[in-house]
Amino acid sequence: MKRLWNRFGPVITVVFGIIVLWYVMAVALNSAWTIDKLGRTGGELSVVEHIADTWSQDKPKLPAPHQVVAEIWKTTVQKSITSKRSLIYHAWITLSATLAGFGLGTVLGILLAVGIVHNKAMNLSVMPWVIASQTIPILAIAPMIIVVLNAIGVTGLLPKAIISMYLSFFPVVVGMVKGFRSPDQMQLDQMRTWYASKWQTFWKLRWPSSMPYLFTSLKIGVAAALVGTIVAELPTGAVRGLGARLLAGSYYGQTIQIWSALLMAASLAAGLVAIVSLVERFTLRRMGMLR
Amino acid sequence: MNTTLVLGAIVFWLAAWGLNIWLSKQKQTRFIRVIVPVIFGITLLVVWELLVRGLNIKAVLLPPPSMIGAKFVDSLPILWADFQQTFIKGALSGYFIGCGAAFLTAIAIDRSPFLQKGLLPVGNFVAALPIIGMAPILVMWLGFGWQSKAAVVVIMVFFPMLVNTVQGLQAADHMQKDLMRTYAASYWQSLLKLRLPAAAPFIFNGLKISTTLALIGAIVAEFFGSPIVGMGFRISTEVGRLSLDMVWAEIAVAAMAGSAFYGVVSLLERAATFWHPSQRG
Repeated sequence: MKRLWNRFGPVITVVFGIIVLWYVMAVALNSAWTIDKLGRTGGELSVVEHIADTWSQDKPKLPAPHQVVAEIWKTTVQKSITSKRSLIYHAWITLSATLAGFGLGTVLGILLAVGIVHNKAMNLSVMPWVIASQTIPILAIAPMIIVVLNAIGVTGLLPKAIISMYLSFFPVVVGMVKGFRSPDQMQLDQMRTWYASKWQTFWKLRWPSSMPYLFTSLKIGVAAALVGTIVAELPTGAVRGLGARLLAGSYYGQTIQIWSALLMAASLAAGLVAIVSLVERFTLRRMGMLR
Repeated sequence: MNTTLVLGAIVFWLAAWGLNIWLSKQKQTRFIRVIVPVIFGITLLVVWELLVRGLNIKAVLLPPPSMIGAKFVDSLPILWADFQQTFIKGALSGYFIGCGAAFLTAIAIDRSPFLQKGLLPVGNFVAALPIIGMAPILVMWLGFGWQSKAAVVVIMVFFPMLVNTVQGLQAADHMQKDLMRTYAASYWQSLLKLRLPAAAPFIFNGLKISTTLALIGAIVAEFFGSPIVGMGFRISTEVGRLSLDMVWAEIAVAAMAGSAFYGVVSLLERAATFWHPSQRG
């Protein structure tokens, strides 16, 4: 019990604090509307009724957590998955584009890293640009890519996947170049004494020792891919996906809808990162790199 | 399709690549290390230009670099106004407030290991979330002006900065802390003279990550509503009008602002943490 509390107690306390703060903020931000409504209809409210009202408005400035949870329950469990009102349907649209882009970006990133490590000219000419490109707000190009691809007839999942590919690609390149170079001179010399070919050195030394770096960059990459997909869904006219739900919600002032989409996106991100971490632990343990 | 231009692009690419291979086999001087990426960048631009002209790609799909350059020079006043609105008012103010607040929070919870143990996982978790989704809410609360953009930036940079600072404050090792104790140093003395300097590499790492986040936050927040000036506003409206040369000019501004911002922070880092192994090179 004591050990459990040491492990999870602090986190639970902080999360609890955030929820309390959220309720307090909801009272503070929504009070104006309650008072305004009272002014029009007349009548008195006790303090308790006043607070209860700030937590149960239709279009509050900040919906209380239980309202958001109720909305999520309503739009996931109580709607069929194929319905356009189902949050699971929208989450799936976003998730599929994210996964496609993440997969492509990872493969491409690893290939480019292999090239950079093995080819001196490529290292000298491409690497500085890869690093420089990380300082550029790539997301700003997202709407343009979407519109251009739409104009040449590419629609649906692919344009979004391209953007999330682009975003997940850079962390992987940078991480993998570091990873492929992580074997030290002693180990490389050892490979040479064994008369290993470049190919053998790569598969038996560089690739295994790059694994910790791979998973670290995959965790960053998958989070970036999700952000990319959500932003990519904004300019398509708010049709499908979590990004579209955000935009539609902000057009019509449906704050509860925005927050529920946001919470859904957050749990998607958390789930994806958790899956990568699980695979990481399993792989590293099998390879004897963990403890 | 103009075959000579396309062939020219291919020949130019091969020639430049050959030159780079030859250069990279020479002795690695500083000059080589600068000139090789520059040649690569120029090659990309030239090939882009020649291919767009050679394959007759429409300017609404992909304008050639020369056209973007011309548009850039033509619309300098607009670009400057957008830059001021988005970068200086939105991104920079948000960056300072966010990083400052995160730094102070990290110092404030420094004395409570309990809070640190709780905040680190939560902060790491929040740093991986698509926080950019908060943008529509903040635009709704704070209006279309630059204040809402600054607020988005504050939220985006807060958690990466907090996590880095908290980790940095734990970076001083036990021997050093024990030494401070044998000197009978107070908490504040040991914080100012040992732990903050030891944390500097981590803090600057957070500051560098935040530069890109700040610019992204400020631009994307403008997609959800803005006055009729700003880089994000310009990008989304000009995309709608299919004048992609203006969009690319705006992207060039964003790229330059982003790299310059990052560069300035790196220079500060070099000045402040000259003693760290990674800076001695």
